Amino acid sequence: MIPLSWYLVLAAAIFCVGLYGALARRNAVAILMGIELMLNAVNINLIAFWRYLNPGSMGGQVFAIIVFAVAASEAAVGLALIISIYRRRSTVAADELNLLKW
Amino acid sequence: MPAMTVVQIIFVVTAIITFLAAIMVVASPNLIHSALWLVLTLGGVAVVFLLLEAAFLAVVQVAIYIGAIAILVIFAVMLTRQVSTGLASQVNRTWWLAAPAAVILFAGLILLFSQVAGFQGLAEPLVKEPGTLVVDLGRALVDAQGYVLPFEVASVLLLAAMIGAIVIALPPAPVVEEKST
Amino acid sequence: MDVFFRDPFGWVSRTWNDLLTGLGLSSELATLLLQLVGAVVLTGIVLTLSGVFLTWLDRKLSARIQDRLGPNRVGPYGLLQSVADAIKLVTKEDITPDGADKVVYNLAPLLAIMSVAGLWAVIPFAPQLIGTDLNVGLLYLISIGSIGTLSIIMAGWASNNKYALLGAFRTVAQLVSYEVPMVLALIIPTMLAGSMGMGDIVARQRDVWFVVLAPLAALIFFISSLAEVGRTPFDLMEAESEIVAGFNIEYSGMKFGMFYVAEFLHAFTISALTATIFLGGWQGPGAAAFPLLGLVYFLIKTAFVYFLLTLIRFTLPRIRIDQMNDLNWKFLTPLALAAVILTAVADKAALEAGWSRTGALLAANGAIALVTVLLLGRHARSLRRRLEARVARATGS
Repeated sequence: MIPLSWYLVLAAAIFCVGLYGALARRNAVAILMGIELMLNAVNINLIAFWRYLNPGSMGGQVFAIIVFAVAASEAAVGLALIISIYRRRSTVAADELNLLKW
Repeated sequence: MPAMTVVQIIFVVTAIITFLAAIMVVASPNLIHSALWLVLTLGGVAVVFLLLEAAFLAVVQVAIYIGAIAILVIFAVMLTRQVSTGLASQVNRTWWLAAPAAVILFAGLILLFSQVAGFQGLAEPLVKEPGTLVVDLGRALVDAQGYVLPFEVASVLLLAAMIGAIVIALPPAPVVEEKST
Repeated sequence: MDVFFRDPFGWVSRTWNDLLTGLGLSSELATLLLQLVGAVVLTGIVLTLSGVFLTWLDRKLSARIQDRLGPNRVGPYGLLQSVADAIKLVTKEDITPDGADKVVYNLAPLLAIMSVAGLWAVIPFAPQLIGTDLNVGLLYLISIGSIGTLSIIMAGWASNNKYALLGAFRTVAQLVSYEVPMVLALIIPTMLAGSMGMGDIVARQRDVWFVVLAPLAALIFFISSLAEVGRTPFDLMEAESEIVAGFNIEYSGMKFGMFYVAEFLHAFTISALTATIFLGGWQGPGAAAFPLLGLVYFLIKTAFVYFLLTLIRFTLPRIRIDQMNDLNWKFLTPLALAAVILTAVADKAALEAGWSRTGALLAANGAIALVTVLLLGRHARSLRRRLEARVARATGS
């Protein structure tokens, strides 16, 4: 009843919104939120392809579960880094953290 | 337009809500509102998983993303509040490049997807019962010919991330002053 | 009449379907309407009445435990006291603090009640009466419970009050920490029943309840759920002496009433969950033949666990936040992990070697309990020795 194209368009749209968020925002936590949006879009894509093209094998769902685990670890470490940076520099704006620039 | 079935209506409503919430995540000037819109987006994605008959993934999405990651993001936003929020701009200098890039990428993705066989196709009814899907998933995750290696690597990754996050976020040890004699 | 008693819920749905299809509606619309009516009956009538009844019960029980009478003026035995309280809360002034984020401030109590009401969708009340028999029911419980955590941090932040925010941080730390042993303890009934669906778990307890097969898991689940709800001894979330009553200090009137009722309902819900998962739900003599009897058994078991909860509440003192963290990470989580591993080993071994399953699991649980008590005893003795040494040094003896 629902063609595959609808799911893929939704996933592409959320991915592009997340990409814009990751590229254009100044606050480091906002960049991380954009990355989370991109990971969710990828998950929708994986599960849609699993359901429509290959529902017999479990590979699609396993891949999505691994993406959950990776997203969780990356969010944890990223936010720990951001809090540590905030303690030292009192700012989390990405363009003010430029000590390594030449 | 032909009458839509109930499932189609549910999908269209969910997709619109999820997309609008995603846009509000990146466009909202208040970071805590962004985080709450992110929660709504994650909930919408969970409903999409339910429509795709991946019930286990839908509940895992709510439990992990909304119950842990979104709360972590909200904590981080609250702990890194700057006094100058609202005065400074929300976007950096090159946002006018990022927006067209995102639109072009969207067009490119749709072009690429439309060449997949079965793009316009509908889903075939599942041969197995939904109840056995969870059992099959569990078996696939521990099967030696299945996906046990990625499963174990993911658990090592989670352990490393946990240790790393704790070490990084520890407050700096207080400096012990030497008693001068 | 006999058909009604043997299969009441099937009879109700068949009559409803016949009535509505006779009026010309399609069959699936009729089913949808029946489910909608069921949901409305459950939340609007059952949960509201429970909320009202439970607050009265709480005050009466606490009064009797503390050797006094409790409310006895409003209505017979003070039964209408909750109604009077509700009227008082509704007529109180609804204050929104200055600078509060209005949308988030008003949304938080709603989310708190929504997350508790959502838990009732997967509880099997009787053989054919369950909201929806999800095959991932146990995980659904965890996920909906975590939405309640979100509502607390929303409440703490939207109040524009540093102390509310601090209280919300501590509360969320407690709730998120105690999800870990809860999930680990819930793995054991999944293993024993072979499925995560609540209907399957209750059906598998026909011969022996899971509280006999896995007493440690029941205990860990009970303690973690107590901490999740925020009941004494874990009630530093809302205690008046802990950071000025925590995240809900800026809430007045019916919004505070919603948080209050949500807490009681949550306690009732976890009593129902413990009764379902570990005490056999609607199982009992004659329940399979007469489903209404199953409903009665379910209510009796839930009431029993709720009494236990209330007794614990008015007996034990409150624990501090550092004691709470120690209890979770140094005691409950390793215990739950050991219980999961040993239960899996014992279950498989009983299957292979042909021993009695109950005996093997009881032996495994008993071994863990014995080792835990010995280790705790040794730890307590070393602490006492260190304390005595320090006292001896201080007094110079």
